[in-house]
Amino acid sequence: MDDTGIITVRDLRRRYGGPGGRGFEAVRGVTFSVCRGELFALLGTNGAGKTSTMEMLEGLAPPARGTVRVLGCDPCRDRARVRRRMGIVLQEGGFPADLTVAEAGRMWAGTLSAPRPVPEALELAGLGHRAGVAVRSLSGGERRRLDLAMAILGRPEVLFLDEPTTGLDPESRRRTWRLIRELLGSGTTIMLTTHYLEEAEELADRVAIMHQGRIVRTGTPAEVAASQPARISFELPEDAREPVPEMAGTRASVTGRSVLLQTGDLQRTLTALLGWANSRDLVLGALDARPASLQEAFHAVAASSGGPVTVNDSAEDVAA
Amino acid sequence: MSAGIVTMSSSRRPGHRVAALFRAEGVLLRRNRVALLNALVLPAALAGWLIKASGLDAGLSRGMGAAMLVMLLTAFALLLPVYYNLVTALVARREQLVLKRLRAGESTDAEILAGTAAPAVAVAWIQVAVAAVAAVAVFGMNRPANALLVLAALILGTAVFVLLAAVTAAVTRTVEMAQLTTVPVLMLSFAFGGLLFPLSGLPGPLRSLGQALPLTRVLDLLRLGLTGTAPGGGHLGLAASFGAAAVPVLVLAAWIAAGGWAVRRWFRWEPRR
Repeated sequence: MDDTGIITVRDLRRRYGGPGGRGFEAVRGVTFSVCRGELFALLGTNGAGKTSTMEMLEGLAPPARGTVRVLGCDPCRDRARVRRRMGIVLQEGGFPADLTVAEAGRMWAGTLSAPRPVPEALELAGLGHRAGVAVRSLSGGERRRLDLAMAILGRPEVLFLDEPTTGLDPESRRRTWRLIRELLGSGTTIMLTTHYLEEAEELADRVAIMHQGRIVRTGTPAEVAASQPARISFELPEDAREPVPEMAGTRASVTGRSVLLQTGDLQRTLTALLGWANSRDLVLGALDARPASLQEAFHAVAASSGGPVTVNDSAEDVAA
Repeated sequence: MSAGIVTMSSSRRPGHRVAALFRAEGVLLRRNRVALLNALVLPAALAGWLIKASGLDAGLSRGMGAAMLVMLLTAFALLLPVYYNLVTALVARREQLVLKRLRAGESTDAEILAGTAAPAVAVAWIQVAVAAVAAVAVFGMNRPANALLVLAALILGTAVFVLLAAVTAAVTRTVEMAQLTTVPVLMLSFAFGGLLFPLSGLPGPLRSLGQALPLTRVLDLLRLGLTGTAPGGGHLGLAASFGAAAVPVLVLAAWIAAGGWAVRRWFRWEPRR
């Protein structure tokens, strides 16, 4: 990773509809930059402005205000120059339903400056065995993998992935993660949006949580998670004669014998708690201590507006 | 690494993007029976039927109807494979999110339109060529009075109807809707393009309407180029035929300018939400 910004975004804004009351500002002043070889993930609920932001980075829509630079170019105005170095997985994109996978690949390869062999790209995306199948007969997950295969066909330096694993089964998702890691290893810079927080935790060097068109949290997944308190939960034994002592920087909520402690300093609070239990010879049941997860940070942001939280907590949900 | 990519990219021949889209659209056209029927059978059938109905077949052997055969076939080729089929193809690609995807690649907007239109245009031009060969070989048509004008008629006419197809696609929500939205252009062209009856028999305003239509002017140019007959009648020499071509060419150029503007203004690359 070097320090040059492969993607630099400053005070980016995007408006739909006319100016004034009738319009809607989907992106309201977003600033960030992404270094070479880094994976930067945009997270947020539906309508947070992720795809609107991606489209401006991809050069598909001009910003209402602010600047975007990708590889030093304006992706809208210098489209011809910068596009050949980009790969894009749109949130939704199609191929003619009557073409086979291989034919669609040949068509796409024909439009690129320096494509790799189509079978190689299909193989990388785990679609090699479906080359002769019509696009209309592919499952949703297979179409998604075709999207990915086509995005990496041109050996891009910068890859934009807008929800690339939506609709994939867990096995395909892990395969896609493996491919993304390999691409990162070979120096590709990647912008990712995803609804799977686990995916961001797994892949992202840095994340930004968007909410109502703004970035409200940004940093490494661990840093963003750390914006939320850590949690310690346990059950007091029946013979406990005194309540849990007050500890500095800790909030306790007690329901019957179940106790939940929330703390900004997990180690100190946990040490104090265990010291107290030992000194009174208490056995704490179902003791569980964990730092905050990205998920909790995400839910805290989503809940701050009362907006609907439509995030899949686990990749495994899709398996069902 | 990037140096290698630049070297490789410069090795691709120009036009490779349009060629790739042309190949894919060609495959799709072959797999779409309705479109294939529209493109290959209908123009020839309609031209043959019109020639028979108007009694021109008696004149075919004397060469005067032979030029008419080429003109009719050109008209139907521009209206059916080029205009109608292209509207449905553009709407289908847009609704399947293919146009949206292509715009996320390296192709320019003009290349995407050209690549999508290319097979339809190729089919149309091949038909016109076959009709021309038949007119000469079978019906003894004379050498064209001004071949340049014939070529101009084909190229300008194709450009106008490709642009009209793109504009029509912009107001067409589904492939099925294309059966309705193409009616105005098709009917006006059939009725007042000088196909079914000469414009000279029409009252003033309708005649002016007819003369403003692109198909009328494509046929004017063709008639001029093939037989040397001016729009108002009368036989012209080579030099004079260029002068008589000015107005039709200007009218077609105006259509192209207006169509280009309208496409840039209204064409949609992805479905409405």
